[in-house]
Amino acid sequence: MEELINTLKAQIIKVLNLEDINPEDINPDDPLFGEGLGLDSIDALELIVLLEKEYGIKIENSADAKKIFSSIRTLAEFISENRKK
Amino acid sequence: MSKTNIISDYCKIRGNKIIINDNTEFFEENYSNFGNFIKTIYKSTQINYPKFYKMDDLCKLAFVTSELILKCNNLSNKYKPDEISVIISNSCSTIETDTNYYNTIKDNSNYFPSPSVFVYTLPNITIGEVCIKNHFMGENIFFISEKFDSEFISSYVNNILDNNKAQACICGWVEYNKDNYESFLYIAEKNTDENNNKLIHNANNVKQLYLK
Amino acid sequence: MSEKVYVTGLGIISSIGNNVDETLISLKNLRQGIGTIKYLDSRHKNIIPVCEIKFSDEELVKIANVPHNKKYTRTALLGIIAAKQAVINSQILNDSHWRTGLISGTTVGGMGRTELYYNKYIDFNIFGDFLGYIETHDCGESTERIAEFLKIKDYVTTISTACSSSANAIMFGARLIKNNILDRVIVGGTESLTKFTLNGFNTLMILDKESCKPFDENRSGLNLGEGAAYIVIESEKCIKSSEKEIFCELSGYANANDAFHQTASSPDGLGAYLAMKNALYKSELSTTDIDYINVHGTGTPNNDLSEGKAIQRLFSPDIPKFSSTKPYTGHTLGACGAIEAIFSILAIKHRIIYPNLNFENPINELGFSPVKKIIKDVEIRNVMSNSFGFGGNNTSLIFSKC
Repeated sequence: MEELINTLKAQIIKVLNLEDINPEDINPDDPLFGEGLGLDSIDALELIVLLEKEYGIKIENSADAKKIFSSIRTLAEFISENRKK
Repeated sequence: MSKTNIISDYCKIRGNKIIINDNTEFFEENYSNFGNFIKTIYKSTQINYPKFYKMDDLCKLAFVTSELILKCNNLSNKYKPDEISVIISNSCSTIETDTNYYNTIKDNSNYFPSPSVFVYTLPNITIGEVCIKNHFMGENIFFISEKFDSEFISSYVNNILDNNKAQACICGWVEYNKDNYESFLYIAEKNTDENNNKLIHNANNVKQLYLK
Repeated sequence: MSEKVYVTGLGIISSIGNNVDETLISLKNLRQGIGTIKYLDSRHKNIIPVCEIKFSDEELVKIANVPHNKKYTRTALLGIIAAKQAVINSQILNDSHWRTGLISGTTVGGMGRTELYYNKYIDFNIFGDFLGYIETHDCGESTERIAEFLKIKDYVTTISTACSSSANAIMFGARLIKNNILDRVIVGGTESLTKFTLNGFNTLMILDKESCKPFDENRSGLNLGEGAAYIVIESEKCIKSSEKEIFCELSGYANANDAFHQTASSPDGLGAYLAMKNALYKSELSTTDIDYINVHGTGTPNNDLSEGKAIQRLFSPDIPKFSSTKPYTGHTLGACGAIEAIFSILAIKHRIIYPNLNFENPINELGFSPVKKIIKDVEIRNVMSNSFGFGGNNTSLIFSKC
């Protein structure tokens, strides 16, 4: 799980252009949206693309995404259980 | 022809040079690509705005150019949000981002359309970014023309100022086409007594500044 | 004192009609343009419904009656068809001593051909007829083609501000007349369906897989459409010297920026509120003078709530009758401002208010509803038409009976 979390941090930083942020700066239990990293709705959509591209998981309904994306840890757990790649 | 509007500040970024109000502020001879160049300028402004990194190159160029003139002239201190207008033009719209977006859908076996890239495939998003950062809510429009048309832009802006549709306007030309980029933005404002030494806002003066 | 601006000609083509008469019949008969993708070669063919015009590009070439030896994009063809109708309707080409311009709004331009041929363009070993389309890509090119076809020379320009493009074209045209730069202007916009926009909106997850339900509590997105529409606007001076039919006056317009997000509207709809309020101010009308609002109403969760809040703030307690006509035509992006301007003008002329098709339940937060059934034989003095684009570009137009 820790390895996946670290990989995810790097992927998120790259895909969302979080240039000034280092992986060490991200606490895996901090909220991704709202406070914490402060991502927005377009970032959420890019994460949905990331899930499909890197892990083969398709999310059809953007409303489902909210729970999955609460933090990097919840995201990692979801990927662990559902990944096809 | 309006006699009451002035050009209060301008900024040009062209060919590795930045000119702000007749001063060459920054000259980087050996930049490796536009991305590094514009990032360096952004950092030198010391504006802390992480959303900058999400913008495409056209928006980064427009954003940085506008921030450089706003540093000289903080319009938000002088006017209400809906009194500030933004009018930008260019010739190739968002061609670079269009191509980048197309690359995410052209290959059937690697088909992943990117929402964050798609968002930038409209030229007026440049205006959106400037307005979002500064909370400008006045009239705004994006024109496509073959070349920068100082006659047209100056008369359009004078019309808006003279009819009190705005009290100040950020306007000009922002073009990005791979490594062929250019921005020229200036602030046009209604004249007040303190600004006697400023250039009158007319087609000729705008053209001269652009060509300098 | 600046001249008033009058509408003297209309031209339109969309998925619900190839001209004004057909469009009006569809509007009255609640006929929608939505269906399965037929002409666009997309992987979403049987999944995402669209409001496509039921002609291939080759058929549009015949309808537009353009020279066969030149390359025309779908966007340009639709534009020529609609603009020609408007010009014939207004009879403006009969007298050429007035200063005449063309302002057209579009977002895709020639993207339809570019996405077909791009890989061939960049392979320098392949040659062919398709190379002639390279120069048709730009937004400005379709405008130039329309101008060339109609022989408009005095003033030609293109506006590209997303979904408010053609509304801004109308506003800009009015300004040119009021500032005595032109006497008459053909204003509007054109847009064709492309894989570019279909995939883009799909990845933003704002498309409805069914026919859209604007202003409904259970709305889930928009449907893409294509089309073109142009109106001819003229100065008072021009009108005085002729006997032609005047449809109405373009009495008010305004534009404001929402300054919130690249693609989402602010929760309080401030940009929309400012655009509507300033348009009213321009027209010297009060809120109670507006008999119908043709809302932007795309059917996305975000737009409809935001626009609804703005309407509530401006018009309460007497919210005018309003509806979104996008369930008829889909969201025609850059062309929607002009298409819906024509619907607004027809509402005045034919004394009709269109229903907001597919509506069932009002948005909880708003508590008010659009028009559910078509209303005929109703006096309409003033119509407001809203078009809000990505980038927070919000425009509101007002048409008045004269």
